[in-house]
Amino acid sequence: MSREALVNSAALLLLVAVPVWALWADEPFTITLATRAVIFALAAAGLNIALGWGGMVSLGHAVYFGLGGYAMGVLAFHAQNYTPLMDWPFTITGTKSMPVIWLVAMISSAVAALVIGLLALRTSGVYFIMITLAFGQMVFFFAISWPTYGGEDGLSIYVRNSFPGLNTLVPIEFYGLCLSVLCVILFLNARLIRSPFGLALNAARQVPHRVETVGMNPTRLKLSALVISGAVTGLAGALFADLNRFVSPTMLSWQMSGEIMVFVIIGGVGRLFGPVVGACLFVLLEHFLGGVSEYWQVFLGLVLLGIVLFGHGGVVGMIAGRGRTHD
Amino acid sequence: MTLLTLQNVTATYGASQALFGVDLEIGEGQSVGFMGRNGMGKTTTVKTICRMLPARGKMQFDGQDLQRLPSHRAARLGIGLVPEGRRCFPDLTVEENLGAAARRGHWDLSNVYTLFPRLKERRRQVAASLSGGEQQMLSIGRALTTNPRLLILDEATEGLAPIVRQEIWTAIATLKHETGMALLVIDKTLKEMRGACDRAVLLERGRTVWAGPMDDLTLELTETYLGV
Repeated sequence: MSREALVNSAALLLLVAVPVWALWADEPFTITLATRAVIFALAAAGLNIALGWGGMVSLGHAVYFGLGGYAMGVLAFHAQNYTPLMDWPFTITGTKSMPVIWLVAMISSAVAALVIGLLALRTSGVYFIMITLAFGQMVFFFAISWPTYGGEDGLSIYVRNSFPGLNTLVPIEFYGLCLSVLCVILFLNARLIRSPFGLALNAARQVPHRVETVGMNPTRLKLSALVISGAVTGLAGALFADLNRFVSPTMLSWQMSGEIMVFVIIGGVGRLFGPVVGACLFVLLEHFLGGVSEYWQVFLGLVLLGIVLFGHGGVVGMIAGRGRTHD
Repeated sequence: MTLLTLQNVTATYGASQALFGVDLEIGEGQSVGFMGRNGMGKTTTVKTICRMLPARGKMQFDGQDLQRLPSHRAARLGIGLVPEGRRCFPDLTVEENLGAAARRGHWDLSNVYTLFPRLKERRRQVAASLSGGEQQMLSIGRALTTNPRLLILDEATEGLAPIVRQEIWTAIATLKHETGMALLVIDKTLKEMRGACDRAVLLERGRTVWAGPMDDLTLELTETYLGV
């Protein structure tokens, strides 16, 4: 077993052990905190597909995170108010069913990623970053100016949505659901990166023109990766909105995009468990340093600076060594 | 049957013209030596064939107009390139390099490993950690796994140790004699080129100046156009 595999196993073990301890010690807030970390990890795992394996520095992933959140918010809002989402040409009603909400969140985020990718991938470097950021801001201001769904104040959902066989209002059950989703996505990510598509994507990130000479279209590869990435981040958005029972334009802000990127960079860009470790560290810093000072992000900045300067593989890279990026 | 046809192909790098009229024909299963001194336009011609550089003139592969195709589509038609320099995917292992672009056909992993047993020994190593010769073998293997109908080898033995060069030439001979693949070989070593190729095409200042059977390539021609 490689060192990185050991680090990954330890991270997974902690994700199981800490909430079990919290349950035993009757610390429900710790479970909520862990749920937040797991959902952030899922969002970052989505970005890692685009950033880590596709080499696309997207500063607009909050679009997908927020769309996922609004997919949940809008569907649940109409379900709780018993009003149809639309009446014509056919009736669409809201829903409180998580699987349906997840599906809508993933599809809407994937479509958004497709549209953004089609335009943004005509460029590269700083222009790509700016286009993704511009789309993010467009969607953000659209949400702010849409009073039907709360506008700037956001949208509250009174009761958490349901999942067959689970009582999602019980923190540990909702945590288990979120962790299961994260594990499935990480498993699929591991499969994806070892698949011919993943290898080609990795190669396209390293040397795009060489990929063309062996018959592959690097733009199409990156677009596919961006769509998958957007769908995963959208799923995380739906879960995040369900965790808070609230969705607001904050989920669509560029600061959110920055935070998701910070999770990936802290943990390790292109590392399978980098987003998980990064998101957990972020939530821990936010919780503990946030209790000490309201300027806790200064310390986060110092941590980020240290990692960028001295540990290119993020925390996972520092512990496990440089090695392969997808062990 | 003619596989690749280039007629009066011209190409420029920005304002400077590099090709002034290249003519080249390669038949199915034929091996052609593409020769000329440094800077005469051999690699530029390869780039135009692979659609990495825009060009003018008639360019057809298997009856299809290459001019209309982007680089990846030309490769999908069956043009495999072993580029100048050892350009593998550095962070991928040998096996991953070979699998990244693989298409169905005779050249799968096992057949590439039979051609280059050294690659099998190094299959779990990342390409960046291989020696120059091994990287070149990997580059050839990667092009083979796309199962091309025409394989272009651009200076495949350049800068390699004599023993490795010999291995590469043996592999090229195997490709020529045991598969129906057409070859376009660019190299400076005339002796090996005579052994490996049926026909020769000489290039001088971006123009085709001579084309014919390798046996008809006289000392006078090689002295004039190759300086050897």
